[in-house]
Amino acid sequence: MSRLPRQALASAFLHRKARWKPLEFAFWITALGAAFAFPSQQLLLSEIAILALFALSLDLIVGYAGILSLGHAAFFGIGAYAAGLISLHAVAEPVTGLILSGAIAGLAGLATSFLVLRGSDLTKLMTTFGVSMLLAEAANQAAWLTGGADGLSGIVIDPIVGLFEFDLFGRTGYLYCLGVLFAAMFIARRIVNSPFGLSLKAIKRNSRRAAMLGISPNRRIVAIYTLSALYAGFSGALLTQTTSFVSPDVLAFHRSADVLLVLVLGGVGYLYGGVIGAVIFTVLRAWLSVVTPQYWMFWIGLILVALVLVGRDRISPARLLAGLRARTGRPASSPAQHQKEEA
Amino acid sequence: MTPALETRALVKRFGGLVVTNDVSLSVAPGARHALIGPNGAGKTTIINLLTGALTPSSGRILIGGEDMTDATPFARVKKGMARTFQINQLFDDLTPLESMVLAVSERLGHGTRFWRPLASDRQAAAEAADILERFRLADVMCLPTRGLPYGKQRLLEIALAIALKPKVLLLDEPAAGVPEEDRHEVLTIVRDLPTDVTVVLIEHDMDLVFSFADRISVLAAGRLFAEGSVADISRNPDVKAIYLGDAA
Repeated sequence: MSRLPRQALASAFLHRKARWKPLEFAFWITALGAAFAFPSQQLLLSEIAILALFALSLDLIVGYAGILSLGHAAFFGIGAYAAGLISLHAVAEPVTGLILSGAIAGLAGLATSFLVLRGSDLTKLMTTFGVSMLLAEAANQAAWLTGGADGLSGIVIDPIVGLFEFDLFGRTGYLYCLGVLFAAMFIARRIVNSPFGLSLKAIKRNSRRAAMLGISPNRRIVAIYTLSALYAGFSGALLTQTTSFVSPDVLAFHRSADVLLVLVLGGVGYLYGGVIGAVIFTVLRAWLSVVTPQYWMFWIGLILVALVLVGRDRISPARLLAGLRARTGRPASSPAQHQKEEA
Repeated sequence: MTPALETRALVKRFGGLVVTNDVSLSVAPGARHALIGPNGAGKTTIINLLTGALTPSSGRILIGGEDMTDATPFARVKKGMARTFQINQLFDDLTPLESMVLAVSERLGHGTRFWRPLASDRQAAAEAADILERFRLADVMCLPTRGLPYGKQRLLEIALAIALKPKVLLLDEPAAGVPEEDRHEVLTIVRDLPTDVTVVLIEHDMDLVFSFADRISVLAAGRLFAEGSVADISRNPDVKAIYLGDAA
């Protein structure tokens, strides 16, 4: 390796960092396989995929732009309502509805992004919170449009692109959600591994230095905030389209809080955190609500506190494996550590 | 010749406190200009005014003859001004290579490309690798910055500014905190900076100032106290009294 010229080495390193890792392939193959391996769990799987997309969208602003949001449900809700209204009044074809709904949420993100450019983290947190509260109340009051507290029902979704009908078990629905999640992940990966993505990381890590490299942060933050809102809108639209129902719950505060929890569970700033968090959160909730229906939030809370206090690094699989090897006397393998660095 | 950097009657007040008092500096292109003065003389404030981190209360700042008093920090960087920080301002969890590629692609105007992978920009990667090589950082370029020895971090601090190909470089105590064994490396790098770059050096270390600068401005209590060649300043009894005397 050291015989290679530095330039080639540099390019190779950057290339390797952006490359699809074996674990990623494994994840997507497993996710696809789940559509066929668990025919009775398709609704739960759809739920996971939707939450994963929502958490991915939050990761774009929390993990890459450094904006902590406690009101991300605003865009989820806009997407959900938009999808419901579009299928009721305009087109019932889901992909068209999805794109339009996402675009509407994205526009809302663009319009409100200017509110999160200034002020401290707390200011931004409260701004996002406030915006989502405003929207929730507006949706509740505008009963002529949103159905008020009753929500929108009677939504009929046509087959996807006129070909694939939503089935009773939800397999089509799950594959549809998974497809959207994959496309979103593909695009997000591409963006965070671009010069633009790197500049976002720089702004988040050290805005003083970023400014002294000639990076004007505002437009870039607006861009990523808009993309994040677009993604959140997609996830909301997916919920509407797979459940044929929208209630004011899509804008509720607990949704914003849950998605932040999901992201923290899975880890911030590497895109897959939201996906992993969504799997853990949804599966745990499904399981705990069977085992201990009254207290499942208690256990989620306990896990969250443990995770934050102990630190994710210390309970990551790579670390555990290394610790295990050390205990059994074998040296920790360097590839495992390497992989962790890259991830 | 138009000065590379000029301030005219620059004043900065914080409430009733005047930290920069009527400072007029003129730095010729290609100069090695040192700004010295005891602690609290207002050296770092001047740097912050020059880079746009602070807005002056009155007075003008000209870069390459153009009035940039009201320009944003980013606009000044685009105009060819770069700085290093007294306390490292690095991207801890990025590698030196990534940090350099970032700086180079911003200069090339590639920073808003959002669809092309970093690795596909061969020009940026090649330039970044070249500078890292020159700054003796090539061996550690793929390791997280956080774990690098302080001396290496200090070199990266300077390398990031150089990657912008600045016309005017403000070095804020480049040797500060560098352990003795790495000192030589940092000083060599500073001494070997490209001659077409105008350098303004803020430094406490008199050895470095005298070996590096061709012109020295002495600040005291926010005012320009004396200015001249190295020989003038080292002979000036008043400067000795307020500054060199204290330091010796």
